[in-house]
Amino acid sequence: MSVFDGFKFRRVYSPIHQLDPRVKFFYVLVMFVIAIMFNQLLPLILLFFIQLPFVFVAGVQREWVRSLRGALFFAIMIFLFNFVFQYFWTEYPLPPSPSLLEYSIAMTLRFIVLIESFSMFFLTTSPDHLGLALEQSHVPYEFCFAFTTAVRFVPVLAEEAQTIMDAQKARGLELERGNFIKKVKNYIPILIPLIVSAIRRSLELAEAMESRAWGATEKRTNLYVLRVKRGDYLLALISVLILIFAVYVWIFHREQIPLLTNFLAPLELTVTKIS
Amino acid sequence: MAIIETTDLTYTYPAGTKLSLQDVSITVEQGEFVVLTGPSGGGKTTLCRCFNGLVPHFYGGKLEGNVVVTGLKVGEHSIYELARHIGLVFQNPENQLFALSVEKDVAFGLENLGIPRGDIRKQVDWALEITGITDLRERPPHELSGGQQQRVAIACVLAMQPNVMILDEPTSFIDPVGAQKIFDVINELNKKLGITVILVEHRLDLASKYANHVIVMDEGKVVLDGEPREVFNSDSARLIGVGIPKATRLYQILKEKGISLKKVPVNSEEASQLLREVLTHDRG
Amino acid sequence: MIAVKDVYFTYPNGVEALSGVSLAIRDGEFIAIMGQNGAGKTTLVKHINGLLKPTKGEVAVDGVSTRKVSVAKLSRKVGFVFQNPDHQLFCETVEDEVAFALRNFGFKEQLIKKRVTWALSLLNLTRYRQTSPFMLSGGERKRVALASVLAWNPDIVILDEPTIGQDYQQKEKLRQFIVQLNTQGKTVIIVTHDVEFVAECNPHVILMAQGKIVAEGGAKETLTNRDLVTQAFIVPPQVSQIFFELSDLKLPTNVIDVYDARKVLLDRLEVSS
Repeated sequence: MSVFDGFKFRRVYSPIHQLDPRVKFFYVLVMFVIAIMFNQLLPLILLFFIQLPFVFVAGVQREWVRSLRGALFFAIMIFLFNFVFQYFWTEYPLPPSPSLLEYSIAMTLRFIVLIESFSMFFLTTSPDHLGLALEQSHVPYEFCFAFTTAVRFVPVLAEEAQTIMDAQKARGLELERGNFIKKVKNYIPILIPLIVSAIRRSLELAEAMESRAWGATEKRTNLYVLRVKRGDYLLALISVLILIFAVYVWIFHREQIPLLTNFLAPLELTVTKIS
Repeated sequence: MAIIETTDLTYTYPAGTKLSLQDVSITVEQGEFVVLTGPSGGGKTTLCRCFNGLVPHFYGGKLEGNVVVTGLKVGEHSIYELARHIGLVFQNPENQLFALSVEKDVAFGLENLGIPRGDIRKQVDWALEITGITDLRERPPHELSGGQQQRVAIACVLAMQPNVMILDEPTSFIDPVGAQKIFDVINELNKKLGITVILVEHRLDLASKYANHVIVMDEGKVVLDGEPREVFNSDSARLIGVGIPKATRLYQILKEKGISLKKVPVNSEEASQLLREVLTHDRG
Repeated sequence: MIAVKDVYFTYPNGVEALSGVSLAIRDGEFIAIMGQNGAGKTTLVKHINGLLKPTKGEVAVDGVSTRKVSVAKLSRKVGFVFQNPDHQLFCETVEDEVAFALRNFGFKEQLIKKRVTWALSLLNLTRYRQTSPFMLSGGERKRVALASVLAWNPDIVILDEPTIGQDYQQKEKLRQFIVQLNTQGKTVIIVTHDVEFVAECNPHVILMAQGKIVAEGGAKETLTNRDLVTQAFIVPPQVSQIFFELSDLKLPTNVIDVYDARKVLLDRLEVSS
């Protein structure tokens, strides 16, 4: 399992899947910018929860959770780094106070929010749609074609690599044998056929493309067009409102955002009083 | 009317040392179903590439002699101009589909030609319907079976409404039942739509029943060219090692023992019909 | 001796490729496993050299379960020739390619030389010894792949779709070669959907469909049985189709080869005249 599992598209239909990738990308960017703007825990928690409805409407909870779980290792690293570094290596070492703890959690949550929104985007956007969005954003068609073709051939090449591995194992190749250098060398009999076959494949692809009038006109038509619909306007509007609100808070009330530890403080006092 | 005509076609690939085509002169009439066969490396694929301009435009090298396809001199027209008139389907279905959905793949050629969207939609629907894959429309090609993929590849070419369709060993990776379906589709294109078909094939047992013209190539030359019965029954076909239909072979070895059937059978239906005559006649 | 006992196999993506396959193959047998693409043929043979291990059930080669030995070790006994030679060729010369497995198995250099020479001459490749395999034609590359497996002289030889992409003459040579291997005592297993090829080889046939064995028997019996052939999604050989259409004339129906067909027809004509 890896972080990337959380980015694999699965073909399902939901209102979120139907949205224009360009608008969705705008939303992701807004989330990204806001997450970078604030380093306090409270706004980041809000940011985390704001996105949950999208996940549920899209029905990709399972994949989404998997992507977060995949990111767990990095999240822990970020937490430890922040906590430990701040404690030992800053000029004026901070004592391991609750506020330092809160700061470290905030930094970790910032990372999680970023992963959350990007994985949301890739989980609900088909590569086809993405290619189309690129095309309609005036990215040269050659790049868009290269992108969708690459996505198309990833599973094919993965399967081919497996077959090649099987063929070489059947000739006595043991991939796990020997020291590190030997192990790397063991992969040569797999890499060479894979590369040769990829080259052969690309030649055949080029032939097929040529035979189907590749490059006939400058102005290619496209069977599909992305049209911005009501849902897209809605998402754009929500994103803009969130952004405006965030900027407003950042400019005028940045200093007033309370630390969560402050809420805990009176509680502690009451506890001591009773005892 | 001749739809394809080559005269003294001679060609060597840029890196090649020997002639890939040598003085090839053939004529294909409008509406024919041609089976092109012969040993591997005999120049069949190269000849197909000449028909739609991959040779010489894509591969380079010098092409001598003349090829005229649907009235266009191949040397003087680009591949994309020729693509409107002549479609080429390749052996490996996997490497000629590059989109993420069947529909998008079928539309690819038309998109390249810059045809209005409404017309693309109509032609794509039509091509999917004829090849019997309308229900696969939204599937990603790599999830389909080889036989289905090859039918998609045919639809991709068909959508451009060509007059001539060339298929280079389209069934060699496909199991017999899948192959049968592909042959049926090709036959329909030929019989119902009047598209001229050139089919490169080794498995003559399956393909020969559709053909009305057979060309055999070996070492870059055309060695036999004519009606299926004549070609399959000729001695040189056996010498070159063409896998003639078993029905024809049975005719030949029966003849060695003095039993002659009225004519040369090229498929099982004909053979059983002719054998029935002999068997029931002798009884009476 | 290969014993496959009630084997089930499910791929990681959840596709059940084998559902309850049992099979016994004796030493020196010649087997053709037939069926349409996706019937589980290749999955089944990949169990014999241990590339796949059963999800349930057991596969044993010479009494040893494939779970207990490595693929490398099993391969000494079971040679597996893959469908596409391009999935294994990677060396600079044909000689190195054929020696690759022998080096993996730890043969001595002197013996390797001998074995390579033997395998190359067996497949008529001697003149290509120092040639790059990538410079050869498709049929020749296929022979190099075959030589690179036969070089270590395995007792069991498995060929996955050996006839794909081969022309008639190449198939004919391959057929003679396979039959020769079998007469020399090797167990030969071919996986194929090429009925005409099988009709000419006349092996013991195993028909598969949807991860199960639907029938097993002589080529003449299985390939002429309409029900079985339909069940396994294969097209019967052309000769058998001719005889099927003549079935009302009370001719024998288990004919798949042109020479058998001639004999049957001559017998009938003699009797009636």
